[in-house]
Amino acid sequence: METLSLTLLDWLIITVYFIFVVGIGYYLKRFMGTKEDFFEAGRRNSAWVAGIAFVSANLGSLEILGWTGGTMKYGMFVSHFYWIGAIPAMLFLGLYMMPFYYSSKIHSIPGYLLLRFDEKTRLLNAFSFAIMTVLMSGINLYLMALVFYVVLGWDLNVSIWISAAVIGLYITLGGLLSAIFTEIVQFFLIWFGLFLVSILGIIDLGGLDSIMSGLPERMSGLWSTAGNAAANEMGVTWLGIVLGLGFVLSFGYWTTDFLLVQRAFSAKSLDAARKTPIFASFFKMALPFIVVVGGLVAWKLQDMEQIQLLPHPMTGEPWNDTALPVLIARYFPAGLIGLGITALLAGFMAGQAGNVSAFNTVWTYDIYRVLFKKNADDAHLVKVGRITTVVGVFLSILTAYAAMQFSTIMDYIQAIFSWVNAPLFATMLLGMFWKRTTSPAAFWGLIAGMVSSFSMFIGIKFAWLNPGLLTFSQNPSDMSSNLWRAWWAWLICFVMTVVISLFTKPKPDNELVGLVKGLTKEVKEEGHRFYQRPGFIAIIAFIILVILNIYFW
Amino acid sequence: MVEKATGLKTIWFFVGIVLLVMGGLVFLSGIINLINPPMKKTVLFELYPAIWWGGLMMVMGVIYLLTNKNKVVE
Repeated sequence: METLSLTLLDWLIITVYFIFVVGIGYYLKRFMGTKEDFFEAGRRNSAWVAGIAFVSANLGSLEILGWTGGTMKYGMFVSHFYWIGAIPAMLFLGLYMMPFYYSSKIHSIPGYLLLRFDEKTRLLNAFSFAIMTVLMSGINLYLMALVFYVVLGWDLNVSIWISAAVIGLYITLGGLLSAIFTEIVQFFLIWFGLFLVSILGIIDLGGLDSIMSGLPERMSGLWSTAGNAAANEMGVTWLGIVLGLGFVLSFGYWTTDFLLVQRAFSAKSLDAARKTPIFASFFKMALPFIVVVGGLVAWKLQDMEQIQLLPHPMTGEPWNDTALPVLIARYFPAGLIGLGITALLAGFMAGQAGNVSAFNTVWTYDIYRVLFKKNADDAHLVKVGRITTVVGVFLSILTAYAAMQFSTIMDYIQAIFSWVNAPLFATMLLGMFWKRTTSPAAFWGLIAGMVSSFSMFIGIKFAWLNPGLLTFSQNPSDMSSNLWRAWWAWLICFVMTVVISLFTKPKPDNELVGLVKGLTKEVKEEGHRFYQRPGFIAIIAFIILVILNIYFW
Repeated sequence: MVEKATGLKTIWFFVGIVLLVMGGLVFLSGIINLINPPMKKTVLFELYPAIWWGGLMMVMGVIYLLTNKNKVVE
């Protein structure tokens, strides 16, 4: 298949988008007075604004293209990443963890680790997060450039440098608020630009039932084939899904990854901050109607030999990540193609902007201010934040070029999450809910979790370790190994932290007020009608989650 | 402390602008395709998706614009 061709109107739509996001940056620059304005968007956002930004920061290129392509390989199992692999964790964050985060007036997750434990734990997390963020950002850039090279014939270097320059410009100007504004605009563009693909695909194939009925049993259910790893394409059992994805990876990502939690910190009140991930959970649950439906349509059309995926430029094999662009080419006439490409660009840039804004905050607050200038004033920190944004963008570009060496990008990213987020979730959980957890235990537990996760990854990659030992199954898939590795890393960190805590001295209670359950004033939900309370809204979200899982069982 | 402006427009206002402008361009492309159909048609071209989808975006854009044109963030 040849590359997509764009008309003048398509180019006009893409140009309008670029002008608009840069324009927003210029418009917001005049509202950036203090470090709170730049790094926390002035803490003035409503729960809806913060909630959409929360889910949009996660809506990068990997989400959209990766999982649409992933659906062609794994089928309905991909929905686990949107439902059990996200919603319980988002609700838990809003209901139980946000009060500790928001009330302690911290600027970042490492900031909480400083208050709860000590400086070295904070620095450990700050450095690991900063490295992870730059790597993610670079991989995001690389994948974007590769897709546009394959689909549109755009030069890799031009794509990388132009998109990075635009992101760097609007975040340098407007800080986190700029990122949040554009994330929300991007959220709307993604829905308007890509949901139509699913609608037209369903019409084309005669309805959703027709698509589902044609799927092989290995791909058609969420749980019906999860009893045996060999019975589904992901090669994982329900236990691996629940423990590895639903518990460790999901909670590790959604409750401790600063990139996301930073959006909730921008909310105007504790109530709005708690509702941020809860509102976001509804949007997250809806995304399979773009991603998974799109992937199933592509699978069906490929099965009927009506579409052909584009080849991967490195391997020459059909590349699943091109499924969505191929569907755009099939269904979208001129004009709509511009909208579809803009939506993809927006998806790439939303994820990218999230990485850059989180990186500049953690670097400025948790590394620069700690190690280089403890008494920096507001103006100095904002200046450092702006410089860090530019540096972060350059590091991302360097990483993008380095990432060209890797062929299995998605598995690589899952591995990064396992190294950093999975053990961190054990540390945060114990830190927030067990006051006996000590600072040395948190530090060494975290080290043990990260080192063990990395060792398992290397051990499996170079065949020094039998992955069947970790996954309880013969010949597990890479995905299954990732899920189980996350579980073991979490467990090692958890056990190490508990054991070391029992032999070391805890902080006195008065130093833990506001940081640990039992020593923090309980959040009262009075003053709201019952349907406005976070607890009630979370129950609705949970009920919808259960219904979706049963319906697509 | 750096001097900063007040009267920040709500994000929904900007969402309205984007939907209206982009929806307008998509709608326009649909009208052009209706008047002057391309040689190579896409699947389901006969549904003219650009017209109704672009129209829907414009309606949404107008609603967001009108309901938020005077609102500012405190």
